[in-house]
Amino acid sequence: MIVGTLDEAIAPITDGCVLAVPRDVSGVAMAATRALIRRGVKRLHLVAVPTSSLQADLLIGAGCVATIETSAVSLGEFGAAPRFTAAATAGSIAIKDATCPAIHAAFQAAEKGVPFMPMRGLIGSDVLAHRPDWKVVDNPFGNDDPIVVLPAIKPDVALFHAPLADRDGNVWIGRDRELAMMAHAAGKTVVTVERLHDGSLLDDPILAAGTLGGFYVEAIALAPKGAWPLALADHYGVDTAHLAEYARLATSAEGFAAYLDRHVHDRRAA
Amino acid sequence: MTGAPPDGFRNEELLADTIAGLIGDSRHAAIGAASPIPAAAAMLARERGNGRPYVSLLGSRRQNFFTDGGRELFDCAGQGRIDVFFLSGGQIDGEGNINLVSVGEYAHPKVRFPGSFGSAYMYYVVPKVILFRLEHTRRTLVEKVDFISAPGVSADNVHRPGGPIALITNRCLFAFDRTRKRFRLKSVHPGHTAAEVTEHTGFDFDRPAEVPVTAAPSPETLRLLRTVIAPQLTEVYPQFAAEVFGIAR
Repeated sequence: MIVGTLDEAIAPITDGCVLAVPRDVSGVAMAATRALIRRGVKRLHLVAVPTSSLQADLLIGAGCVATIETSAVSLGEFGAAPRFTAAATAGSIAIKDATCPAIHAAFQAAEKGVPFMPMRGLIGSDVLAHRPDWKVVDNPFGNDDPIVVLPAIKPDVALFHAPLADRDGNVWIGRDRELAMMAHAAGKTVVTVERLHDGSLLDDPILAAGTLGGFYVEAIALAPKGAWPLALADHYGVDTAHLAEYARLATSAEGFAAYLDRHVHDRRAA
Repeated sequence: MTGAPPDGFRNEELLADTIAGLIGDSRHAAIGAASPIPAAAAMLARERGNGRPYVSLLGSRRQNFFTDGGRELFDCAGQGRIDVFFLSGGQIDGEGNINLVSVGEYAHPKVRFPGSFGSAYMYYVVPKVILFRLEHTRRTLVEKVDFISAPGVSADNVHRPGGPIALITNRCLFAFDRTRKRFRLKSVHPGHTAAEVTEHTGFDFDRPAEVPVTAAPSPETLRLLRTVIAPQLTEVYPQFAAEVFGIAR
């Protein structure tokens, strides 16, 4: 049964696993994130594709993250991500600083089943200097043309929220194609959706073009408003009052604990 | 107009107008994260250019041509199809190096910023990168950044079609000279002086004998910003649109 409860769906996200999550605008599985915190997941190696906001900040603040690989963590218009910032200055998590296209490129390498991907830029930056896993090689087709190569990123699990899925496990992602990239690269893909589609998404050619094949999908759970308080593009906007409240509370460890009590632990359906 | 100051325009409007001038008649301007003023500037340039440049606003559904996921913006830039991009920095130094990561030792930072975003790639490949940093102090404009998210210039053998052309702050506009690896003071904003710029800038820069004053936005520019552009900003920058233009989504 590919469609299950939220807690069943997130079972593949085990302690210590490499978990890939998308940027704000692509469908962040916030209900699943709260369920993970309630379950007490530990030592995650979180890969933000290519950035994160509330999701990473919550997981870090709740003590679920050992390592984060990301191009940025920020609450955007609501300011710095307070728990990420606190953990970074306290040294309580490992940070693998990246740059957005490098994360995309490393996932594209995994999609293709090749060991690395070359990418322009980076040379002379301290981002590269602090990434011993990234190397500079000579372009084998050029003449004195150094270029960076990035190892493929193959996460254990990709987790995201999408508008629609069918009972065969096909997931409609629309134009948020990086969700497909994540699924192609990951060992397992866990998806929460707003609603279930009757019939097959592949029967309609217009829907099929925006569909990720169920072949890639391990588990699906129904989670209406599952991106809240973040937005689900074309469906609902960001809950600005809530994010402003979070930004205020999470500046202190006590305030963050109060937030968790109120919005994560006390509301099992949230 | 909510928040309109007594002298007839807001600082954000002056900056957007000045940046729109820098964008000029480019074909495609892209705007990354947390950049409401550059977004307003690019839309203003598009109004003036009758639909050019194309404007791609990260995070927007309506102001965005991309349908192939997050990679497409960067691949598009690599193909040479993005002419203008915007970057900022927690620190920016006199050689155009930008720091979006941390202050102090990297392993034990005193201050941690969000991260480098796409800068360590876009700075290299987009021909006209406009740096904007509103806070103009010796804290932000430093002699040497603590962490180079992306360097202002590169060695001759490094693929580098792009780089900085200008830096705009709350006090002034600098141009960047890639051969001299230095900024040059272009103009000071109304109410500010060259001496004040020197006092609050941590790096050395070139300056002309007479420093012009940044031109104030025209009534037509203010009309466009307030009536045509502000409503388009609410989708991605609701807080900014509300604070600066008094427009709710």
